[in-house]
Amino acid sequence: MNDTALVLTLAASMAAAVPIALAALGELLAEKAGVINLGVEGMMLIGAVTAFQVGDASGSLWLALLAGSLAGAVFASIHAFLCVTLRANQIVSGLALVIFGIGLSTFIGKSIEGQPLATDFRPVRFGALADIPLIGPLFFNQDPMLYATIAIAVLIGVYLNRTKAGLAVRAVGESPGTADTMGVAVAAIRYIHVMLGGLLAGMGGAYLILGQVPSWSQAGTTAGIGWIALALVVFASWKPMRVILGAFLFGFARRANFWLQGEGVDIPAEFLSMMPYLLTIIVLVVWGTRDLRRKIGAPAALGIPYIRDER
Amino acid sequence: MTASPAGPGSDHPGRPAAIAAVQVTKRFPGVLANDKVDFHVDVGEVHTILGENGAGKSTLAAMLCGLYQPDEGQIFLSGAPVRLRSPREGLAKGIGMVHQHFRLVERFTVAENVVLGDPQQARFIKATEVEARVGEIGERFGLPINPRARIADLTVGQRQRVEIVKMLYRGADVLLLDEPTAVLTPNEVDALFQTVEAMTAEGKAIVFISHKLGEVMAVSDRVTVMRAGAVTGEVATADTSQRHLAELMVGRPVEVETRRGQSPSDVALSVQGLDVVEDGQKVVDGLDLEVRRGEIVGIAGVAGNGQRPLARAIAGMIKPSAGSVSICGKDVTAKGTKAARKAGLAFVPEDRLGTGLVPGLSLTDNMLLTRKRGFFVNRSEARAEVETAIVDYEIKTPSTEAQARLLSGGNSQKVLLARELANLGTPDGPQVVVVSSPTRGLDIGAAEFVRGLLHEARERGAAVLIISEDLEEVRSLSDRMAVLYRGRVAVEGPTDQLSIEQIGLAMAGVAEEGAA
Repeated sequence: MNDTALVLTLAASMAAAVPIALAALGELLAEKAGVINLGVEGMMLIGAVTAFQVGDASGSLWLALLAGSLAGAVFASIHAFLCVTLRANQIVSGLALVIFGIGLSTFIGKSIEGQPLATDFRPVRFGALADIPLIGPLFFNQDPMLYATIAIAVLIGVYLNRTKAGLAVRAVGESPGTADTMGVAVAAIRYIHVMLGGLLAGMGGAYLILGQVPSWSQAGTTAGIGWIALALVVFASWKPMRVILGAFLFGFARRANFWLQGEGVDIPAEFLSMMPYLLTIIVLVVWGTRDLRRKIGAPAALGIPYIRDER
Repeated sequence: MTASPAGPGSDHPGRPAAIAAVQVTKRFPGVLANDKVDFHVDVGEVHTILGENGAGKSTLAAMLCGLYQPDEGQIFLSGAPVRLRSPREGLAKGIGMVHQHFRLVERFTVAENVVLGDPQQARFIKATEVEARVGEIGERFGLPINPRARIADLTVGQRQRVEIVKMLYRGADVLLLDEPTAVLTPNEVDALFQTVEAMTAEGKAIVFISHKLGEVMAVSDRVTVMRAGAVTGEVATADTSQRHLAELMVGRPVEVETRRGQSPSDVALSVQGLDVVEDGQKVVDGLDLEVRRGEIVGIAGVAGNGQRPLARAIAGMIKPSAGSVSICGKDVTAKGTKAARKAGLAFVPEDRLGTGLVPGLSLTDNMLLTRKRGFFVNRSEARAEVETAIVDYEIKTPSTEAQARLLSGGNSQKVLLARELANLGTPDGPQVVVVSSPTRGLDIGAAEFVRGLLHEARERGAAVLIISEDLEEVRSLSDRMAVLYRGRVAVEGPTDQLSIEQIGLAMAGVAEEGAA
């Protein structure tokens, strides 16, 4: 009985990991290019509300997902413009993005407040494999987005470490001046990766509304997942596969309370909802401590606007 | 016979120069940086651009590699006119520039740095292939380097090799080396010169940019001397001498004089068992140092071997974790900058703007910073002092009230030196001075003047400590010198009794760690 509860909880935590992982992978791309974007929560909300509206109007799950992702990318371009073109403070711009995202998504979502969405993701069954105890429900009977997310993480790993373009991205995050002299288009790379970050955050938000939460409930839809994603990038030392592992952990933490309650352990909901913000503070401490940042492998030029030295 | 006018052709009829600039002119607001300059390098030749700071050699080099475009005149590549719109375009056409400040990503490996931005690199990188090619290039040109090493773990000399490999990897046929020896130990300089020889033997054309006469004579086939934006002469090294080059450079006969002090008296600056820890690392490690009145002591060493923390600890800017500093008999260890100055210290820090001068304050206000203060400041006195300095040091500034940040590097340094070296060794003035790179960035005239000031101060009985990465600067100025390696004194002695080999080995840490 308890075993089943645990297995169900584990399976659910893997699904719960998807939006966290997507958003964190997006943030990882932006940060590898040297731009920190605290606006993940805002981008996820924009992605979610767009996906809801499009899904509601079209009835197509995939169209909704696509629309949510693109909305996230467009929203992130504000951050790219402020931080890359205008060289604004990235922390301030990111926070502004969150506040703006909350406001804008609330406005767009006024008509759908509390409404459920008809469409939903269906799990993909891998035939007999899905019936293997423990492993089956965890790995072979999940919804397609989980598999897609893992694939995205693998692709990002290959992209960053094995390709010419990925090398350029890392160079831009480590030493934009060097990259610039070596013929790498610094601003373009930063724009693209901030927007890719927004795309994945938007996708995470879209998945949240399409596959996990029952209805649109303004900022409660994301409930701090964006902040967790932000922290996750740091805890994963900017490594995509570690992001996936970490996302499962956080996913478990989000689902564990049901199982723990069954076991007689009661963690106050207020404590859990406080966690994302606590994590964010930890991230900012790391971000502010140069030695620590270097030690855990943060891109050296993270958060620093690039100004070409003309001589 | 050899001194035909520079042009798209070369000294050898029928074989065009590898790269040539013909009558190029470049203007910046208010400055004529290059005035109808002719310059060319043949295939397999080392041609030096010699000149003081501000003579226009960097501008010329920048036009040759595509960083600047000439306002007038034309650049020719193998006899054909070219327009280079960017260094990237220059590199694509086979012109590689090795900058004084390296353009390397510290966390990347050598191989990763080499392929970064290489247009010929395929979409996916095969690390082993790149590493093999880097190794092969290294062997061919005498640039031994481990392709898998991280830049952060390499010495300055090794990093320079990576820069050169980077250019050769992309097939550069013309290499511009901008003051390449400034950061090297004497042994590394020798290795670099061997590489230069290997490159010319393979038909590369080398443009060597320098202001050090000895090196220029040693490495180059021909020398083009520039002064104030114009070429003052082009000579074959075989037909010239250091003295002649110096005259072309300065425009008048130069005296190469070194006076040695008489007899130093009592100890004015004493550092005992000094330890400084930064980022968990001992950057100064049990260092002992004494400077007596009437002597100039020089500290040499490759950058990053403890010079900066040593200077800052003496000046009271940082707290040492062990040991003591005393100035004129007063213990000032970890008592702060004010105590150090009160005890008689003047200090010219490494970073001129920011630590030395306040960028946003006027020259007069900057002068006031270290002047005796009651409740009110005496502006007119300080202004008069700045006015004197402007004449003595030939400082180029719009006025005494201009902000310090508006001055060029050399000029702001002069202001700082004027402030710190004033009244040195007089009864009312400071008795001990710590100067980082006193003549860095100065033209020969101003450098001579500063040298004179330091010598005068020594005659008056001041204790002078010079800290510099420029070995020649240390050797020419100091009576006694010490070489720092990893925060310790590797070798120490009267300057005229230390051989260049001894110093070189000490700088490379060989004496300490056995054969490298």
